[in-house]
Amino acid sequence: MKILVPLKRVADPDNANKVKVNAGKLVTTGLEWKPNPFDEYAVETALRLTENGTSPKARQGEVVVVTFGPKECETTLRAMLGTGADRAIRVDTGDEQLDGDVVARALKALVEKEKPDLVLCGKQAVDGDSSQVPQQLAEYLGWPQATFAGSIKSEADKALVVGREVDGGTIKLRVELPAVVSVDLRIVAPKSVQSVHTPATHAYPEGVRFAALMAIMAAKKKPLAELKLADLTTDAALKIQYLDHELPPARKAGVKVKDVSELVNKLKTEAKVV
Amino acid sequence: MSNVLVVAELADGKVRKSTHSAITFAREATKAGGAFTLLLLGAGAKAAAAEVVAYGAAKVLVGDDAALKDPVCERLAPSVAAVAQAGNFDVIVMTASSYGKDIAPRVAAKLSAGYAADISSVKADGGKLTYRRPVFAGNAYASCQLTTKVQVVSVRQSEFAAAEPSGGASVVEDVAVSAPDAAAAKIQYLGIEAAKSERPDLGEARVIVSGGRALKEKFAAVLDPLANQLGAAIGASRAACDAGYAPAELQVGQTGRVVAPALYLAIGISGAIQHLAGMKGSKTIVAINKDAEAPIFQVADYGLVQDLFVAVPALVTELKSQA
Repeated sequence: MKILVPLKRVADPDNANKVKVNAGKLVTTGLEWKPNPFDEYAVETALRLTENGTSPKARQGEVVVVTFGPKECETTLRAMLGTGADRAIRVDTGDEQLDGDVVARALKALVEKEKPDLVLCGKQAVDGDSSQVPQQLAEYLGWPQATFAGSIKSEADKALVVGREVDGGTIKLRVELPAVVSVDLRIVAPKSVQSVHTPATHAYPEGVRFAALMAIMAAKKKPLAELKLADLTTDAALKIQYLDHELPPARKAGVKVKDVSELVNKLKTEAKVV
Repeated sequence: MSNVLVVAELADGKVRKSTHSAITFAREATKAGGAFTLLLLGAGAKAAAAEVVAYGAAKVLVGDDAALKDPVCERLAPSVAAVAQAGNFDVIVMTASSYGKDIAPRVAAKLSAGYAADISSVKADGGKLTYRRPVFAGNAYASCQLTTKVQVVSVRQSEFAAAEPSGGASVVEDVAVSAPDAAAAKIQYLGIEAAKSERPDLGEARVIVSGGRALKEKFAAVLDPLANQLGAAIGASRAACDAGYAPAELQVGQTGRVVAPALYLAIGISGAIQHLAGMKGSKTIVAINKDAEAPIFQVADYGLVQDLFVAVPALVTELKSQA
């Protein structure tokens, strides 16, 4: 199975509370660039779907990672090549601003070139938090979509049974390939991904794998191609325009109570919620 | 002036409460002129229409078809897009539930429309709608406009209060259900696994009792009596769900539900950024944690530094005695 995984780098999500606003613009200076966590889960899922759990080097197919952005974004791609992806593509966007819709349309053109069996995406990028590229890419391709996947079982690499995490439960869908699937965090639990190549009893370590030093060195030799955004879409008009940003209103400082009776008293008389 | 199409969410032949937040959006977006229409798609939509005729919609459109029984995007999205086009609607809105977030972007792509996700407020000025939406896990808010004439938005249930009936009786009209996307033939809906619960839905609860990993195997034993006493929904942190102490559908946060109840009790929850993203908008936040340094105390209105296994049973007793 050939899998394409789109990636985005984001300002360190574990320090998102250090985001600042200056004159209506977001400022993330001082925050390290990290791969979007949900995209890392998508890469991990792609690796699990294309390998034999007991011998990770025997790839059954190909995992291609792609990102949009300036030269520095290659760091993110190299990191993913280090964890096991086979090949990378950077779509150079120059100084162009992007939105989810432009990315979805450009990805459509890339998918038509690369012809993967599956596009695996993170369910959202944790900077813009829009959750739109996978669904829009599926529409532009005319492919089925399965969003918010917490589990995937592949059937002979021709179809997937996807457990979608929805409000109040899990929806099971059987999706014939090619398809677009977006993943949620439980996809990296030890037994969430089952492929025909991996024994059903195999349990992966929780979370995403880290690249060993040797693999990072070897990843420098893996192919990394560069495309221009204009190679994929000539229409880069934005459909969303950001006018202004602000920090959320600060919550007023709370108080510590000494015991439960003081707590109940405050909830009754001050907050008036019980 | 905007004409707004509100796409309802149906489950088991009933209009889900989440829809009422999209109605509130529609009322606000049409304040400066225009009207809104409700669209109900699904098996049993016709019968469900009666639930929403008194909310001030110009019309309630009904696409009642057994083929739309299950929430499959590739079957529903074509009808939403076709109705939006036929009615010349400017704005198509769904609530940003897992249902709305699955369907709305696909509808936007069909209509070549801009999409604004998870919006928290809307303002009509100079004939244009400006949307406000959280970014960076709610650590900043952005104001944005869509550049397209036709616009698709999803709205946060936690930010738009559920609409109350405004009286009157909207006209109910049937609409033709469109053919599904070709991709629908590649999808088989196998079913939903949902835990049956007598408690209120997390998105609708006035009070939420939420637990962390510290509860261990006693998650239910400790939290159930408190939730019973308060008539509360039960939520959980990622750590509690990952460890298997609570089912995944209880998770509150970036993965899971975004909630804003009148009272949120965080029990043994440290307060990771991903959890705060899902509950920071709650009106009153109580944190009980034995670690005085836990980040949850930074957003809590009332903090109690105490072993939860002592504090929670005592809290239940205290609430009972003062009831």
